[in-house]
Amino acid sequence: MHDLFRRYGKGLTFTFIGLTAFWLLVLVILPDFKLLESSFRPYLPIKEVGGPKDVYSLGNYAQILGNHVDFNSFGLHFEIPARIKVFVLTIIYSGVVTFVTFALAYPLCFYLAKVASNKSLPTLFLLLFVPLWVSEVLRSFAWYIILTLKGPLNAFLMAIGAIEKEIRWVEGYSPVVITLVYAYVLFMVFPVYNAMQSLDNNQIEAAEDLGAPWWKIHWRIVLPHSKPGIASGAVMVFMLSAGSLLVPAIINSTTGNWFTQTIQGIMMEGQDWNAGAAFAFMLLLFCTVAVTVAMRIFRVKLSDIAK
Amino acid sequence: MNSNRRILGHLYMAAFLFYLMLPLFVMAGAAFNDSKLPTVIPWKGFTDRWFIELWNDNRIWGAIGNTLLVALAVVAIAVPVGTAGAILVNSISGRVRSILYGLMVAPILIPGVVIGISTLLFWNQFSVGSGLHLSVLGQVSYIASFVMLLVLARLQSFDQGLEEAALDLGASHSQVMRRILLPHLYPALGAGAAISFFQSIENFNVTLFTRGGADTLTVYVFSKVRSGITPSINALALIMILLTLAAAIWYELNRRRKERVESAREAEARRAEAAEM
Repeated sequence: MHDLFRRYGKGLTFTFIGLTAFWLLVLVILPDFKLLESSFRPYLPIKEVGGPKDVYSLGNYAQILGNHVDFNSFGLHFEIPARIKVFVLTIIYSGVVTFVTFALAYPLCFYLAKVASNKSLPTLFLLLFVPLWVSEVLRSFAWYIILTLKGPLNAFLMAIGAIEKEIRWVEGYSPVVITLVYAYVLFMVFPVYNAMQSLDNNQIEAAEDLGAPWWKIHWRIVLPHSKPGIASGAVMVFMLSAGSLLVPAIINSTTGNWFTQTIQGIMMEGQDWNAGAAFAFMLLLFCTVAVTVAMRIFRVKLSDIAK
Repeated sequence: MNSNRRILGHLYMAAFLFYLMLPLFVMAGAAFNDSKLPTVIPWKGFTDRWFIELWNDNRIWGAIGNTLLVALAVVAIAVPVGTAGAILVNSISGRVRSILYGLMVAPILIPGVVIGISTLLFWNQFSVGSGLHLSVLGQVSYIASFVMLLVLARLQSFDQGLEEAALDLGASHSQVMRRILLPHLYPALGAGAAISFFQSIENFNVTLFTRGGADTLTVYVFSKVRSGITPSINALALIMILLTLAAAIWYELNRRRKERVESAREAEARRAEAAEM
C-alpha cells in the first residue's frame, strides 16, 4: 500500500482503489448479498412490500420441495420433488458433458502437443478457433437443425442403412448433452494442450525405450503431467454447462429440463423474483462448493484455473 | 512414435475439424433452401429470399445497434476497471492479495443467470429499472476479470526500476503513468478491449434477465429461433461465418507474410555473418 502511494501518488492510487471498489463492491459483492437477502422475502403485491407480511422466511427455499415426481433413471426408482430432480440431473449431465469433452479433447491435445509439426500448429489452432468465434446461439441452432426428426442426421443414418425409422433425438437429456459438448469442447482443449505441451519428450522416449506399452505411457506419464490442465478445463466446462441457459432453451427438449430453465421460468413466467433469487442462490452455492471440492481433489489453485 | 499411430493422429485431427465445421456448413446451407423451415433436407430448390427478408427485418438492425452500443460501453468500463484491479493486486502481497485476487477471478465462474438476477434485484431496490444499462453493469462484473488477468500477466514482465528511475529524475506521478506504465501495458489493454467486446456480443444469460424490453443480437436470434423460426437466421449465420472466415484468413496470410519476412531476414543475417568470416 505504502509502495503504491510512493509510485503513483495519492490521486492515482485513490483512483485505482475507487475503480476496484466499484467493481468488486457495487458490481459483484453487494448484488450477491442482495440476492441472498431477497431470497428470504415472500412474493407479495407491490402495495404490501415492506408491510407486516414482508418478513424473512425460508418459504422460497421450501418451494424446491413441492410437487413430487418419479425419479426413474440410472437404474434407480423413487419419488423426488420435481425441481430437485431437475437440479440433480443438471449436475449429473453436466458431469457427463465434462467427461465426454475430456475424452474427445485428450487425443486431440496429445496430437497437437506431441505429434503435429510445429509449422502446422498455428494454422490448426486458427481452424479450431473459427467455430469459437461463431456465436454460441448459432452453434446451438445448428444442432437444433441437425437433430430434428426429419433432419440431416436421421436422413444420413437411414441412407447408409444404420437405422430403419427416424430416431427422435430431441428427447430427454441427450440432445442437450450433444450440443453442450459441441459448444464447450474447446474450453477443454486449450488448457489440456497447454499442460501437455510442457511435458519433456525425453520422458516419453525413455519410457518407450524401456519397453512400456503405449497405454502405460499415457497412464503413468502424460496423464499425471496434464493434471492441472485437465482440472482447469473440467472446472470451466462443468461451470459453463451447469450454468448454460441458451443451449437447453434452444434445443428445447421438454423431457430434458435444465435447472437454469427452472430459474428462468420462475423469474419470467412466474414473475416471482424472490423465489428466483432463492433458486439462483442455490445454484451459486452449489457452484462454489463444486469448484472448491475440485480444487481440493486436483490440488490446484484458483490462479491455475484462471489461466 | 510409430508411423501407424502418427497416421491415426492425423486422421483424428481431421475428423475433429470435420466435427467442428460440419454443423456450421449445415446451418449455412439451410440459408439457401427454399423451405419455410430451416433445414437442408428435403432440398426444395435454391433461393435468396431469406437474405432479402433478413435485410428488410428492421428489428434486427435495431438489435445490432444495441449490441454494438452495449459492447462499446462494456469495453469503456471493463478495461479501466480491470486494469486498476490488476495494478492494485500486483502491488500488494500476502493474505490481502490472495483474497483480492480470488474476488476478482471468481466472477468468471459465477453462472450468468446468477449475475443477471443479482444485478436486476440490486439496482431495482434503488428504483433503477431494467434495461440495457443494467446489462452493461452485469456484463462488466465478470468481463473485467478477463481484463484483469491479461493486464496482470503483462505486469509480471514490467521492470519497476523504470518507474523508480523516472521518479528520481523528477517525473510527476501522472507522467510515470502516461509515459512508462501505460505504454508497457498497451498490448494487454488492446487484447483486453477485444476480449471484452466479443464477450459482450456473445453474452446471453446476463442480458436476458437485465435487458427489460430491449433486444440485443443474441437475444433476438434466440427469440427468433424459439418462436417463429424462419431461415433468415440461417442467412444471418452464413454472413457471420463468412465474416469470421475472412478475418481468420486475413490473420493467417498476415502471419505467413511476417514469417517469410522473418526467415528472409534471418537468412540475410546468416549470409552476412558468413561473409565476415
